[in-house]
Amino acid sequence: MNTEVKIAGVSFKNPVMTASGTFGSGVEYSEFVDLDKLGAVVTKGVANVPWPGNPTPRVAEVYGGMLNAIGLQNPGIDVFMERDIPFLKKYDTKIIVNVCGKTVEDYVEVVERLGEEPAVAMLEINVSCPNVKEGAIAFGQRVDALSSITAQIKKHARQPIIMKLSPNVTDIAEMAKAAEAAGADALSLINTITGMKIDIHRRKFAIANKTGGMSGPAIKPIAVRMVYQAAQAVKIPIIGMGGIATGEDAVEFLLAGASAVSVGAMNFVNPYATVEVLEGIRSYMEKYHVENVTDLIGAVEG
Amino acid sequence: MRQKQTAVVISQREIAPDIYDMWLETALAREAGPGQFLGIYPKDKSTLLPRPISICEINEQIGALRLVYRVAGAGTREFCGYEAGDSVSILGVLGNGFPLEQGMGKKVFLMGGGIGVPPILELAKRLEGDKQIILGYRDQKLFLKDDLKQNGRVYVATEDGTVGTRGNVMDAIRENGLEAEVIFACGPMPMLRAIKAYAAKKGIPAYISLEEHMACGVGACLGCVVKTKEIDGHSHVHNARICTEGPVFEAAEVEI
Repeated sequence: MNTEVKIAGVSFKNPVMTASGTFGSGVEYSEFVDLDKLGAVVTKGVANVPWPGNPTPRVAEVYGGMLNAIGLQNPGIDVFMERDIPFLKKYDTKIIVNVCGKTVEDYVEVVERLGEEPAVAMLEINVSCPNVKEGAIAFGQRVDALSSITAQIKKHARQPIIMKLSPNVTDIAEMAKAAEAAGADALSLINTITGMKIDIHRRKFAIANKTGGMSGPAIKPIAVRMVYQAAQAVKIPIIGMGGIATGEDAVEFLLAGASAVSVGAMNFVNPYATVEVLEGIRSYMEKYHVENVTDLIGAVEG
Repeated sequence: MRQKQTAVVISQREIAPDIYDMWLETALAREAGPGQFLGIYPKDKSTLLPRPISICEINEQIGALRLVYRVAGAGTREFCGYEAGDSVSILGVLGNGFPLEQGMGKKVFLMGGGIGVPPILELAKRLEGDKQIILGYRDQKLFLKDDLKQNGRVYVATEDGTVGTRGNVMDAIRENGLEAEVIFACGPMPMLRAIKAYAAKKGIPAYISLEEHMACGVGACLGCVVKTKEIDGHSHVHNARICTEGPVFEAAEVEI
């Protein structure tokens, strides 16, 4: 059984990754799972300088999922390079660094710093966080803005770039095509869906930021649909995510056209979710006599 | 090492309106300390996240943990229906716990307010010193007071004045003319703010246990932060993680 996948020339021992922001830089969950077993660790977003994030409450549970508005709290690229990269380098897994910024210059600064580190396999560019006022989603909701930032980052990036797309758009295929045309090497989707929860007893927003990004099993059908639409529109590989809890969920994304998958909010529910998803993919392959996991990519019929 | 495990309910009973007292059999009991907490997972898949619940009492001999919690929503509503023999998924042991060594041999206040009373019990059992236990409740429906009486001198305040001092735990300190060299406390934010101010005025340390909405419970999601005076060790932005660097902080170190 062969679980290896290739994305933009980078080879991964299996298609299971961690969704940015749900796994830190791997330290916390390394107590629960052997990081060597993962295809890649995708880190929490890192900016050029430390970001304090949003006021609390930052998280709230909703039916079958959760809302978050962390606001990309992160220690900045200096601490990240000194502390987090050396930690991840100890493991036999690929490192994908999620990059965030308020301006194009912020992104480029981080991308250039990461270019000095050959252990970083790919860069995931966060143009889809719904919880910060400047940058992020502002670049990911308009075709012209997405094209422009993709092209500018591509010019400075040493590693292949993955543009992480927002589901909070009218036409995901159009956004996927724009990123591809501007030079993206791969796409990842979906980021969280903007939502809101109101505590009716206190008549207050459940989250201090008022809105938050929804994740968890409840959003999975939306994510599968968008991965399918994006995969139909572009030739570059797609990393699919959104509510993946089991191997069966992951296979659904692969069949829809994803070349790899990320486990996100379900890490919070089950700290062993990543390895269990991988085991579930293997069981599926065994059951249906699938020799190569790549045979599943886009293999939905009809 | 933190892990997700299956525990078995030993017993459960309601000890005050909507306040439940549940003993769980779990190997994690041997690793637990006062002030730490567990994440308890509801079985209903529409409620996904682990509920952070503080450890009230630890029985290392039989490997059991006592949780005393208030029914506050769908998750805890489910928990209160569990009966002896039921299994429950738990994540633990989480958080730093109270720094016992800071109170050993000293004259201490152990202060609990409302659903902040439970973690004070195991602390009171383990701490050796001159223990003045000050408990705040809404009304005469007290809980855990008798357990705590076996571990120190207990003073009670009730908001409606039906038992002890009328008012809050600070009123009880004043009314009884109490003094301490160090404070340990858990309770609602207004109470913790008052304790922080009191400790600063008296020039004594106060170790307060904070609460915040959490998702992962293990320090990955950065959902449950508190503003800190100094740069925090994780994100370097004056935002410490309550689940990991806390829930117990020295009051002077946090901005609440």
